[in-house]
Amino acid sequence: MKRVLLAIAGLMMSGAALASSEALPYSYQADTSNPASLQRGARNFMAYCSGCHSMKYLRYNRIGNDLGIPEDLLKSSLMFTSSKLGDTVNSAMPAEPSKAWFGQTPPDLTLETRARGADWVYSYLRTFYIDTTRPLGVNNIVLPGASMPHVLWELQGWQVKEEAHGDAAAHGGEGEHHGAPLKLIQAGTLSPDEYEKFVGDIVNFMSYAAEPGKSLRMGIGPKAIMYLLLLLVLCYFLKKEFWRDVH
Amino acid sequence: MAIVPNPYKTTGVLGWIDDRFPLTKLYRDHLSQYYAPKNFNFWYYFGSLALLVLVNQLISGILLAMHYKPSAAEAFGSVEYIMRDVPWGNIIRYMHSTGASAFFIVVYLHMYRGLIYGSYKKPRELIWVFGCLIFLVLMAEAFCGYVLPWGQMSYWGAQVIISLFGTIPFIGPDIVTWVQGDYIPADATLNRLFSLHVVALPFVLVGLVVAHLIALHEVGSNNPDGVDIKKFKDPETHIPLDGIGFHPYYTVKDLVGVSVFLIIFVGVICFAPDGGGYLLEKPNFQEANPLVTPPHITPAWYFGAFYAMLRATPSMFSSALPGVIVMFGAVLILFTLPWLDRNPVKSIRYKGNLTKALTLLFAIDFVMLNYLGMQPPSELYTLLSRIGSVYYFGFFVSLLFIHNFETAKPVPERVTE
Repeated sequence: MKRVLLAIAGLMMSGAALASSEALPYSYQADTSNPASLQRGARNFMAYCSGCHSMKYLRYNRIGNDLGIPEDLLKSSLMFTSSKLGDTVNSAMPAEPSKAWFGQTPPDLTLETRARGADWVYSYLRTFYIDTTRPLGVNNIVLPGASMPHVLWELQGWQVKEEAHGDAAAHGGEGEHHGAPLKLIQAGTLSPDEYEKFVGDIVNFMSYAAEPGKSLRMGIGPKAIMYLLLLLVLCYFLKKEFWRDVH
Repeated sequence: MAIVPNPYKTTGVLGWIDDRFPLTKLYRDHLSQYYAPKNFNFWYYFGSLALLVLVNQLISGILLAMHYKPSAAEAFGSVEYIMRDVPWGNIIRYMHSTGASAFFIVVYLHMYRGLIYGSYKKPRELIWVFGCLIFLVLMAEAFCGYVLPWGQMSYWGAQVIISLFGTIPFIGPDIVTWVQGDYIPADATLNRLFSLHVVALPFVLVGLVVAHLIALHEVGSNNPDGVDIKKFKDPETHIPLDGIGFHPYYTVKDLVGVSVFLIIFVGVICFAPDGGGYLLEKPNFQEANPLVTPPHITPAWYFGAFYAMLRATPSMFSSALPGVIVMFGAVLILFTLPWLDRNPVKSIRYKGNLTKALTLLFAIDFVMLNYLGMQPPSELYTLLSRIGSVYYFGFFVSLLFIHNFETAKPVPERVTE
């Protein structure tokens, strides 16, 4: 018995070790259960991201049903590239020329938070900084050499990379690294707090888009386990009753 | 001995059937009058659980195959179609993906049970050999299934595993092309792995499971004491004194095990189907791309130990063939276990302390190798993998003679409580 637990614990630990790979400047726990945030996130995504990035596995009417957005509102404020409710979210940009413009076709983002993690997307959207050596004048902390321009610059403003002043040494040489070594030099239309929430809404929406079925499984989980606990109790007493005559 | 139809003289509808088909006979031989030792413990749940998981994989797999498209262009999208547009599709898919890992967990525990209680010893050698064949086919089945979602890890995992054939001298590269049906893993590869995954291998798997059970029911189950319950029978009924009918005693007992298992299984499906990135790997949420290699190609967790042994073995003449031989050897040596183990004592309960310690160390070693196989290589990890690999094989060799260096405890005549 102990050995089994040991074995299982070993497997769990190795799994956890796999999950925590590289350090990101920000951590973010996506919340897909807040409809208001998801609606804002959908609006932000359609306004700022869907020009270049598709979500080719996500249908508009699925968004409407799941986030409680009525059809007319869906059509007027979210559907820019299609008029059919059953269509998936396509980008407005043609794939082939965009490759020439940016060096690569902007990737589909349906599964981005599952492929890279919500932490990663959240950090990525917050860590663009001015870098004149790059073709578009910006670079990114978590994706160095990113080919995407800083689309949200109007909102966030411009950041520059701070010189490393031996900060690590000041903190004792190691320890957790919170925040990115970036400084805002030109304010955007949103305050840093508002921008943080704005990005949070987008990441929440993208996390929803990566797995719209999550609410189904999270919803049936407790009920199924309650039922199984009841089954366990019944089976336990059934076993006890039958085994009364053994020995 | 001639076959006598309806030996139990049943009547009515059952009698009509029994005159033509041995329904009552099968029921009694394999359930109500299959006498199993009464002292089964915790370790004995995993056989029935493996059967449960097999059924889960078959049913969820049939449902998935109704919607999945085995083509390089459509596979990835069709999995997302299942996850989004098929009613309950995400639950079905998670049942199947989580079931694959659950299968290996219960099978590894089931095998370790056999190891500690000497369940492979005479007269159960063939049960063990069938079991090893099941394990081998299960590995092939899991590999094929892993490729089907056609994500980045599917693709590159397939590339790595198929390229192992390339290490065969002279004909290796041609074999790789033949297996893939192309010069790189491609549409043809996916299509044939789908065929193997849904038709050929499950067919063989179910057949082997039937053989495994027929062999088991022919000689009867071993038990944690490793004693033969058929030595002491009731003089009148000829029922083993320490035996109880599989049904109802072990069917109701296994229901308890099934309930506990399902609570954990449903918990993972509903609350952590990704399993922290090791039941469903992050790179597998990106569609396969032959031009972009993921930074770390890791095998599925259940192949970790074998992958660690592959990597730990030094190349010879710049060929990874020795590693491939070691890796397959690690599976094949399992088949020889009944003939390697010369210890006259079956159960670990009555073996000497040396064997006990080595057997426990073997479990730890296997878990360690599994962990190492999933990590990016480093000098320390390679060293540990090498030590672990040597111990893996060394343990089996030690079974030939180790009992000579220890004193066994007396084995009781009948099972203990």
